Amino acid sequence: MSGLSGDVISGKQTIRNKKVKSNEQFFGILFALPAILGFLIFVLGPMIASLIYSFTDYSLFNKPTFIGLQNYKDFFSGTDPFFYKSLLVTFYYVLLNVPATIIFSFFIALLLNNEIKGRPLFRAIFYLPSIVPAVASAMIWMWLLNPDLGLVNNILSALHLPTSQWLFAEKSVIPSVVLTGLWTTGGTMVIFLAGLSGIPTVYYEAVEIDGGNSFHKFFNVTLPMVSPTIFFNTIMAIISSFQVFTQAYILTQGGPNNASLFYVFLLWREGFKNTRMGYASALAWILFIIILLLTMLTFRSSNSLVYYEGERKNS
Amino acid sequence: MKKTNTFKKALIYIIIGLLSITFILPFIWMLRSSLMELQQIFIMPPQWIPNPVKLENYIHALTIVPFALYFKNTMIILILGMVGTLITSTLSAYSFARLRWKGRDFWFKVILTSMMLPGAVTLIPQFLGWNALGMVGSFVPLIVPAFFGGGAFNIFLLRQFYMSIPLELDEAAIVDGASFFRIYTSIILPLSRSAIIVIAIFSFMFYWNDFMGPLIYLTDESKYTLAIGLQMFQGAYNTRWEELMAASTSIILPCVLIFIIGQKYFLEGITMSGLKG
Repeated sequence: MSGLSGDVISGKQTIRNKKVKSNEQFFGILFALPAILGFLIFVLGPMIASLIYSFTDYSLFNKPTFIGLQNYKDFFSGTDPFFYKSLLVTFYYVLLNVPATIIFSFFIALLLNNEIKGRPLFRAIFYLPSIVPAVASAMIWMWLLNPDLGLVNNILSALHLPTSQWLFAEKSVIPSVVLTGLWTTGGTMVIFLAGLSGIPTVYYEAVEIDGGNSFHKFFNVTLPMVSPTIFFNTIMAIISSFQVFTQAYILTQGGPNNASLFYVFLLWREGFKNTRMGYASALAWILFIIILLLTMLTFRSSNSLVYYEGERKNS
Repeated sequence: MKKTNTFKKALIYIIIGLLSITFILPFIWMLRSSLMELQQIFIMPPQWIPNPVKLENYIHALTIVPFALYFKNTMIILILGMVGTLITSTLSAYSFARLRWKGRDFWFKVILTSMMLPGAVTLIPQFLGWNALGMVGSFVPLIVPAFFGGGAFNIFLLRQFYMSIPLELDEAAIVDGASFFRIYTSIILPLSRSAIIVIAIFSFMFYWNDFMGPLIYLTDESKYTLAIGLQMFQGAYNTRWEELMAASTSIILPCVLIFIIGQKYFLEGITMSGLKG
């Protein structure tokens, strides 16, 4: 008897569960629909469209005409002198900016990870510049780095150190842009700091018991333990460095003599100033492939360089 | 041992102190330049305290270019963009975190991957699309995308947060006959206040600072935002450093205020984004 009523109840529950489940399927999709549509309309669709446009000559005022691989041929044959130049400039910038950002912000995070007084205040000071609008921070640095009137050159000459033309010389323009970027690495620093504070102190104590010094602690505990954070920050820095635009637009407009012709600036110039939409789309796809390859390369190299806790390796 | 420790501590304080001064210096230089007469700001060795304090620079800088109009334009985009971001990102994240439906994990992964995608790749076709709809020159292209998920990053952040809320709460509510929408409004939203503030702050910063979007879509000067306006101002008055610095200070000030008020949320949000599960 009791068994029967039990069956009835569980039967009722399955019906109810089924109803809840189909309900859940419906509302699940409904609630996620904005995001799914957003992906289709603003990401996937445009990506496919830009691939198609990249095989056309399209000046916005005429209809696009199919020209096959001509845009790509123009890049690689060097018909367009700006393509290789901007690739060179951008790779130089990435090569300089990514290590500089990572090392500098990691260094600050290491300093702040010590038991010091006023830590929240210092952390706020180092983070603050990263919330400044890019336009405004560009203004500040144009003023600071002004070759004749700027504070930086005046301090340097007062100390009898060599001054620089900064943003106005071909040689110094990229390092100058990197320098201004270091001011705004607060976000990366905060992520490092969170990674560092997550390291259990027992590990350090263990090194101490074994007679290890600060160097041992750093290379045997700190570095392996934060390697996933370093990896994450490096990937993010690579992706964003390749796409630097606002600084280029305001600080240099690609100059002097195209020495800071950043890739996305060239893309913007071709697309929106010269209205060569097909050409700019081809530029965009090349950038996409470069970033994809570099990200994959970084992921692959991470297998041997990054230590994940709880992961077991066959070796 | 003890001695080396105090030495090390002192060294740390000195380095941090020097670096902090270097980080603050640009702000101070901007502020003092904004309050001086043009001739004064060039004097070397520099004068650090403005005398007399020229507040007129601000009035002049902010009226010579219609910054009030640019502020209004920025606020229209910002408020509507934030509304769209907050509504659709919380709703989508709720679905991805707590509802079980076929295809959920696939779509979440796809959306997450799009976070890594360079925005430059979609720039041209998006522009062409808005152009075909006759929307270029209006605020629409800057606002509408916010109503479609509000950005993969925000969805990811909120999903992480929602997953930490005990599922029993939802189950109990379902037994009591609550709808999924009801669970979202009366359980999930109230319990995730801090995460929502994080999203609100980040999206405020995004719209306040955005440069490339307005540069591409806003063609008419009467539609410009503050970021574009500042850049225009620089182009037209590029030797009036005192006024340029006054305008820059004015644009930075709201960001600094929000940072001071919401510092805790800033750090929380960044940490959540970096230490993903």
